Amino acid sequence: MIAELGLAALWLAAALAVLQLVGGALALRGGTESELAALTRPAAVLQGGLVALSFAMLLWVFAITDLSVKLVAMNSHSAKPLIFKLSGAWGNHEGSMLLWVTVMALAGALIAGIERRLPERTMQATLAAQGFVALGFYAFLLLSSNPFERLPQPAAEGLGLNPLLQDIGLAFHPPTLYIGYVGLSVAFSFAVGALITREVTPAFARAMRPWILGAWVFLTLGLVAGSYWAYYELGWGGYWFWDPVENAALMPWLAATALLHSAGVLASRDALRVWTIMLGVVAFSMSMLGTFLVRSGVLTSVHAFAVDPERGSFILLLLTLYIGGALLLFALRAGAISEGERFSVASREGALVVNNVMLSAILAVVLLGTLYPLLTEAFDVRVSVGPPYFNPVGAIFAFPMLAVMAVGPLLRWRRDSWGRISKELALVAAMLLAGIVLFAVLGEIALLPLLGLAFAVALAVASFLPLKGRRLKRVPIATWGMITAHFGIAVMLFGMASEGAFSQERLAALEEGGTTSVGPWAVRLEAVEPVAGPNWTALAGRLTVRHRDGDPQAIAPQSRNFWAPPQQTTESVLVTRWNGQLYAVMGGSSTDGRWQVRLWWKPFVTLIWYGGLLIALGGVLALVGRVRSDLKHRYISRRITERREERETA
Amino acid sequence: MKAKHQRLVLVILALVALVGAGLLAAYALRNQASYFYLPEQMQAEPPEVGQAVRLGGMVAPGSLATQADGITVTFTVTGRENSAVPVRYAGILPDLFVEGSGVVAEGRLAADGTFVADNLLAKHDENYVPRELEGMSEHQAAEMAEETTVGLE
Repeated sequence: MIAELGLAALWLAAALAVLQLVGGALALRGGTESELAALTRPAAVLQGGLVALSFAMLLWVFAITDLSVKLVAMNSHSAKPLIFKLSGAWGNHEGSMLLWVTVMALAGALIAGIERRLPERTMQATLAAQGFVALGFYAFLLLSSNPFERLPQPAAEGLGLNPLLQDIGLAFHPPTLYIGYVGLSVAFSFAVGALITREVTPAFARAMRPWILGAWVFLTLGLVAGSYWAYYELGWGGYWFWDPVENAALMPWLAATALLHSAGVLASRDALRVWTIMLGVVAFSMSMLGTFLVRSGVLTSVHAFAVDPERGSFILLLLTLYIGGALLLFALRAGAISEGERFSVASREGALVVNNVMLSAILAVVLLGTLYPLLTEAFDVRVSVGPPYFNPVGAIFAFPMLAVMAVGPLLRWRRDSWGRISKELALVAAMLLAGIVLFAVLGEIALLPLLGLAFAVALAVASFLPLKGRRLKRVPIATWGMITAHFGIAVMLFGMASEGAFSQERLAALEEGGTTSVGPWAVRLEAVEPVAGPNWTALAGRLTVRHRDGDPQAIAPQSRNFWAPPQQTTESVLVTRWNGQLYAVMGGSSTDGRWQVRLWWKPFVTLIWYGGLLIALGGVLALVGRVRSDLKHRYISRRITERREERETA
Repeated sequence: MKAKHQRLVLVILALVALVGAGLLAAYALRNQASYFYLPEQMQAEPPEVGQAVRLGGMVAPGSLATQADGITVTFTVTGRENSAVPVRYAGILPDLFVEGSGVVAEGRLAADGTFVADNLLAKHDENYVPRELEGMSEHQAAEMAEETTVGLE
């Protein structure tokens, strides 16, 4: 009954999406006063409620392990802890697609419910576009990936969830990332709406900006969480593998970051109109492309649930329809959008153009590297593209971007001169040079980590320069947001470069009682013991680790055997100090009775994720600042009209 | 500068950067992409010594040996037509790495003809096969398919 209710809610929601599309389109033709126009907002809100209900029903069948539902039987197990039963609801193809449309419908409901700044015609076009996109994904879900399908006979027991996914990180990583991914659909619909009505104005950018910021914050958090999850759960000691699945999440982030900055130019200075619209289309296109890559089975990974070719073609069809359609509309209408305000090269706009171009170039590099193996496979040549490609080629564009990022915020809008900020320029350049020389003397460091360390130091200082000469209390919250985010980039860069430059690795075969060392750590294997959990058994290595003259600490990394489904995983242990992490992995036994232990000492590696959190925090501050000043503006303009009315009546 | 000109300059700038990025990417991909070899291909046309490539095949039964340090293992990867490539790897073996099953080794060919692996990819779990193993001989593929589809509908 519960499952059928969920399915019915989903069908109803799809019907409402049709209403939203038709209502919005008719409103555009017949004027916004028509009766149908009044229906699009309620349709979007109700649709959000229905899909949320449907998702709640899915959580419910997973919570009670209803084994007559095929999805539960295939992906869950009655012996799992409740939190993993729930997170298992989106640890599979159908459930994750339902999560996707849930986020999309809720985002649509939210814009329909609270967005009041857009001109009504653009709003109608936006909601119609949102309904149109949602409709495709409802069709996909209902026609080829029904999450509520029943089994003819209830299964005796579920098949279980991939043990790698039985982790607390999974409970948060996909929903966070999806809110970001699918939140960009709002920017897409806004862009399409503005293209249809040809109203690309600063007011439009101001309305769009909080939505981009919100999606971007979640995307950032999702990437940070996913990176940390891969770092400690896979037991490979790396935080980023340039895996196609990771790239699929990085590409929308790059596009959204560019969009965020260009929307800022449009909002403040009425320039970069067409470019902002283009990025709005591209950002969500990257989200959809990512979904296609990850979910269609063209890539194999822990994320690729669907191996059904029909599903792959379905997503590809949706992708072509939406991206192709939006680009066609863009090509037809872009010429009709008039040129924005002009600016000189040495200006805030000029710096932001460089930022946008560099981000787009990095996006192109990542996109080509991700798609290249798929292209060559068509010619039966199998290649894989990894760090030797992405790191240097990405860096060629990343470092100039970082340099501009350090000084760009110091420039004034419209027209400025380099001479005015020559002191700051000299300071940043001096820091950079000093950093390069200092770190080069410190030890033999490869070029990229060396540049990374030097840029990180210079950037960390430069990110606070915009505060110079200002009364701190009067600095707007949004500016604090920018400073925090840029400082976060510096912190993250330092973590990455330090990990690349100073990491030490030790691989040892130890007898019980044997010792080894890695970096400043002395490590001793005390014993190897069997351990049992609710749905696994494991071998745990009891290690005593000691940092220089510090107190010894006991840790116990495990090599786990899950039995539903049967699979082995490594449970690494991390010992975190303020200046880095010790990473310990337990291997198997070698033939002579010794045990393999793999250890890393990674100085300042945690800064990568702290930096990521700072970036997200910067986004939150910017969002709060924008929304607050917007509310204040609205309050003031309301008071002005009220007073005028009072005066007129008096 | 007239308004029209500024837009033109921006478009050209963006195009130059993107085309530049594309060309650079294409150039780097030709050099940096790591090609996949089957054992028979590696014997017939060996890649340059030191170039990053990947090798995929079956771990020959009885060939797996651990060296005295307890960390380094050697084994032979076999393909069709009695082709075989010796492989050396120092590290923790992947969870489901066993003799007689498929493996993809990432690494480079050493001057002595041994393939030195930095990383081994084996079957992750019963639902996962490294994509490259799909190109194995029919017999091997059938074996693999049988092994890998247990537990699916």
